[in-house]
Amino acid sequence: MQGKIILPLTGDVASRYVPWFIAFMVWLAVLALAAVLILSSHTEQWRNDLTGNITIQVPAHGEEKNPGTEEDFRYVLSLLRDIPEIASAEEIPRDQVIKLLIPWLGREITSGQLLLPIPRIISVKIKSKAKLDVERLWEMLNKKINGVQVDDHQVWLAKLFALTDLIEGISSLILLLVSIACVATVIFATRTSLNIHSHLIDLLHIIGARDEFVAHQFCRYAMFLGFKGGLLGIGMGIATFFVVDLLASGANSSFLVPLTLSLSQWVCIMAIALVAPAISAITSWATVLKVLSRVM
Amino acid sequence: MFSGAEVIKFQNVGLRYGLGPEILQDISLQLEEGSFHFLTGASGAGKSSLLRLMYLAHQPSRGLISLFGQDIATTPRSELPPLRRKVGVVFQDFRLIDHLTALENVALPLQISGTNENEIKSNVSELLDWVGLSDQMNNRPPILSGGQKQRVAIARAVITRPKLLLADEPTGNVDDRIAMRLMHLFEELNKIGTTIVLATHNKTLVNDFIYPRLHLQKRSLQIYKPGEYNWKGELDYEELS
Repeated sequence: MQGKIILPLTGDVASRYVPWFIAFMVWLAVLALAAVLILSSHTEQWRNDLTGNITIQVPAHGEEKNPGTEEDFRYVLSLLRDIPEIASAEEIPRDQVIKLLIPWLGREITSGQLLLPIPRIISVKIKSKAKLDVERLWEMLNKKINGVQVDDHQVWLAKLFALTDLIEGISSLILLLVSIACVATVIFATRTSLNIHSHLIDLLHIIGARDEFVAHQFCRYAMFLGFKGGLLGIGMGIATFFVVDLLASGANSSFLVPLTLSLSQWVCIMAIALVAPAISAITSWATVLKVLSRVM
Repeated sequence: MFSGAEVIKFQNVGLRYGLGPEILQDISLQLEEGSFHFLTGASGAGKSSLLRLMYLAHQPSRGLISLFGQDIATTPRSELPPLRRKVGVVFQDFRLIDHLTALENVALPLQISGTNENEIKSNVSELLDWVGLSDQMNNRPPILSGGQKQRVAIARAVITRPKLLLADEPTGNVDDRIAMRLMHLFEELNKIGTTIVLATHNKTLVNDFIYPRLHLQKRSLQIYKPGEYNWKGELDYEELS
């Protein structure tokens, strides 16, 4: 008897649509949060991979099948190896360079039909914590060989980070909107139930119930509905996540990041199943107290 | 029997619903601890409204109401529930909760006041047994007869041993034998100090039991001492205009 819900809230219309609405919101939240978490970890990985690396292109001077003069190439390599801030400088094999160009130039490039001057590429690793003046290096190299390019990836990284920041921002906005929509729905459902059961609430007040007693009734039921919706939404979200992952791996595209999450990231996503009932319960509690404060 | 402590006091109380006419005008009364009053008046005279003011379901449009010495107008809202717990109410339409059993309905005031479950069960069972409903404890109101509902409603009102009992037509749906038994229950409660106001249309009860009578007529209240009146016949419907 002590823990029994006195108000017959289970028969309300809200108890039918609120769990589904919360499930839909949780589903959106799961996808948005997964996007944020995946992008955050990959952005960090890209930053680690590319910071401390520069790429130097030694031009081919346009001679047929001549991948840059050997003399120029050796000069660049010896100069790089003499710089104390540089840990290593290795040429990227021609096969690998051609492979990298396939997505832009097509497979014809491998057959030798396209007579393109392919530059020789040197991958340079900078010592950790060392600061290399990339501008000065470019000037030094261009004094001897015209057209040498030094790429520290900063432009590409800046654009990439701007894009990931934008996606993370949109995902965070979705999370915020989803939370607001959940709160608004619970407020609406609670107010509707308060109207439906006003005669019973009136009776409870006359018998001596405090507003908190009535709020507790609504709060417990809202928590139950939130939990139901939360679990449903998490299930839908995880299913969607695996379907998208399956489709993405089938597409075999190098532009798609792998949809993998660490254990802590999974815990974060699962926590939404607890956040949904918490939001529902707190909102319902506050709504009841606010509405009842206006009656005698 | 009358200890003299003031339980409820009305001073020039008026009540109107919305912008309508005043249905109660300049009501002044003072009920002392341990008193027993009948509340009479024709249908529509405002008996239920007066009771609603007494159990704090309405605020008066004007005038002062004090309950157990506390001025209701100046009592903070958070301090009203403890006052209401000292008042038991029997509603004319019972107001039982249909999805709860008779036992759960009667236990509700105890549950609200935080009484432990064992105590609730033993007290409620004992009281339901006393009002002759021990075999109906686990039945829900929709399958109870009018008289049984009435007794559940009365049991709910008295389970907390209230200091003030307000009963709106408590014998309206029961036969004379049960009505007399209920009256004796009210008298027993009255003997242990419960102040009772019993609204009724039952002339036999009013004439047979020697208690003062609060009579509502034309929006105003007259108070008769026992023996000052003999209720023979009145209009069935109050002429309010």
